[in-house]
Amino acid sequence: MPERSMPERSMAEKRVTAKGTADRGSALLEARDLTRTFRVGSGLRSRSLLHAVDDANFAIGSSEIVALVGESGSGKSTIARLLAQVYTPSSGEILFEGTPLRQLRSRSDVLRYRAAVPMVFQDPFSSLNPAYTVSHGIMRGLQLHRPDIAASQRRAEVARLLEAVGLAPAGQVVNRYPYELSGGQRQRIGFAQALAYRPKVILADEPVSMLDISIRIGLLNVMAALRDEQGVSLLYITHDIASARYVADRMMVMYAGRIVESGPVDDVLGDPRHPYTQLLVAAVPDPRAELTVTAEMAKGEPPKVINPRPGCRFADRCPLVQDVCRTTTPPLLELTPGIEVACHVAAADAGRGAESATAATSKTPVS
Amino acid sequence: MSSLLEVTDLSVTYETSNGPVTAVDHVDLTVQPGEFLGIVGESGCGKSTLLFGIAQLLTAPAAIAGGEVVFRGRNMVAMNANELAPIRWQNMSVVMQSAMNALNPVKRLRAQFADTMKAHGIRDKAQIRERSESVLDLVGIDRAHLASFPHQLSGGMRQRAMIAMALLFTPELVIMDEPTSALDVVAQRSLMLQIKELQERLGFAVVFVTHDMSLVSHFSDRLMVMYAGQEVEFGPTRQVFDTPAHPYSKGLLDAFPSIKGERKPLEGIPGAPPSLAALPAGCRFEPRCPVAFADCATVRPELYDVAGVGSRCLLQDPARRTVDPLGDAERD
Repeated sequence: MPERSMPERSMAEKRVTAKGTADRGSALLEARDLTRTFRVGSGLRSRSLLHAVDDANFAIGSSEIVALVGESGSGKSTIARLLAQVYTPSSGEILFEGTPLRQLRSRSDVLRYRAAVPMVFQDPFSSLNPAYTVSHGIMRGLQLHRPDIAASQRRAEVARLLEAVGLAPAGQVVNRYPYELSGGQRQRIGFAQALAYRPKVILADEPVSMLDISIRIGLLNVMAALRDEQGVSLLYITHDIASARYVADRMMVMYAGRIVESGPVDDVLGDPRHPYTQLLVAAVPDPRAELTVTAEMAKGEPPKVINPRPGCRFADRCPLVQDVCRTTTPPLLELTPGIEVACHVAAADAGRGAESATAATSKTPVS
Repeated sequence: MSSLLEVTDLSVTYETSNGPVTAVDHVDLTVQPGEFLGIVGESGCGKSTLLFGIAQLLTAPAAIAGGEVVFRGRNMVAMNANELAPIRWQNMSVVMQSAMNALNPVKRLRAQFADTMKAHGIRDKAQIRERSESVLDLVGIDRAHLASFPHQLSGGMRQRAMIAMALLFTPELVIMDEPTSALDVVAQRSLMLQIKELQERLGFAVVFVTHDMSLVSHFSDRLMVMYAGQEVEFGPTRQVFDTPAHPYSKGLLDAFPSIKGERKPLEGIPGAPPSLAALPAGCRFEPRCPVAFADCATVRPELYDVAGVGSRCLLQDPARRTVDPLGDAERD
């Protein structure tokens, strides 16, 4: 079997350089107290606020894959859409290379941002236009965002992009229609389209969850190759923790709209500190391991976060719950360098219980 | 006959403009009472078509081209709709993949449960109410949700409501088509544990189709791996996982990154499954197989027995293992 270079790199040298969020100097994309609420409910008086994302603080550095994992409805996709400027934040802000996004006023600034931070969607069957050949979408991207490439050079650039996502020889696919391609090939086209903009960060929202198991690994390898060979960063949104571990450098775990734990992948999964992360890790089906989670542990569902009161949102399902958890929202504290956890119990274990229990009363601290 | 379900030589074809395409190709399987049978395979391998063939739910352009489905001693393929009606739901029920689409969005759960029972001749309101409540209790949904519409339930609850409906008459066989694929890992795990617990308590058999091999690893008694319309490996689950006897099963297992241990680069399985309209002349997995040899391109492997596991791989052919591999070709 052919050996590829990328996953090794992700494991050896990348892990050493994996950044904690403390290292903000080199952040490409940064969220500060990012919050997005939606109005729900009918009637004029019964308007309620659904908190899809609450006080998210994170940074994505250059050439790294950050996995964002959590259950459906935990706010993962809302974060991607906020970053892609599909939604505007209710409060908080997003900085791109140090500049707040709200300062991007002119069309050319906005276009430049959109080219730098493109999205790849979940469903490769509905995200490609069926009426055009695959080269069309890539060519459009080149026309819009790559004035440096002369019209006569675009075809060659399309071929280069297709080969970068593993569709070699490009000649075989460039004039095909999406229906002629398999799901895995289509999703590679999705990445090639994003790559055409010469992006800094690709927002990949569940890019492999619609693909068959035997195809998924190939796509994950493409993502790693984009990082290692093209220097692109990726926000990899998924609920498949094993695949996140395979490809990502850092991981953020979301629960009910809040980031509850973040850090280097092996630290988060090898020694999960938040009880929710522990449950998540135990629930991953692993044919090589014994069944560890019980029906009792897995019971319960994440709350709908409508007009939330202070307190930990995992408290009702948490085996370690204490009184403080029901009254005070645990802040995301950096308990060990590079590892942040939002849990009163974990904070107490690290000798910072008092800080955890009082910090939240003064609203969210800017860490 | 001791088997609850005996499928013999079942073939299902789809009529296309280019002639019939065989989506399920001479599949044999048996299910014992109370057994949990897992069927895994990738999209397009025929696993859902096989389920529909077993449940007699195929609609044109799909049709059964041959074979028998003997359930409780009677061949269902030969039955007409009137004969099938009393068996459906009472003896054999089906849980569909997407609960959002399978439940009626404009009717309360109560009405949907009642419809099912009325269709089977239960008219007594008190009895309908009591039974509806008791099946909801079984799956751990609050009785108050009988008054809910499907959109008011979470994804996991909808899927459990579907299972509750399937259990209305305590059938002997419940057929499940990827019931957990729309759920996240924690909800998935919780539902699987619940299905297993109900199965042990009520004693029904389960045929469970999924594309996620690791999902059934701890739950199924026997496992069938399908590829391009055929069963390529069939045996006790543990054995298939521990010592896969077909390169495709092995490839599938190796395609799962592990959550523990060393992070290793994986390759998945190169290529894509063949089109059912243009199958390779020999083994259907040959173009993607890492251990293929010359004969694989021309000889169609049968399902060979390897220590109790069936494997459709020429490497497992007893004749080939001892005799010169260029001996006479066996064909099915």
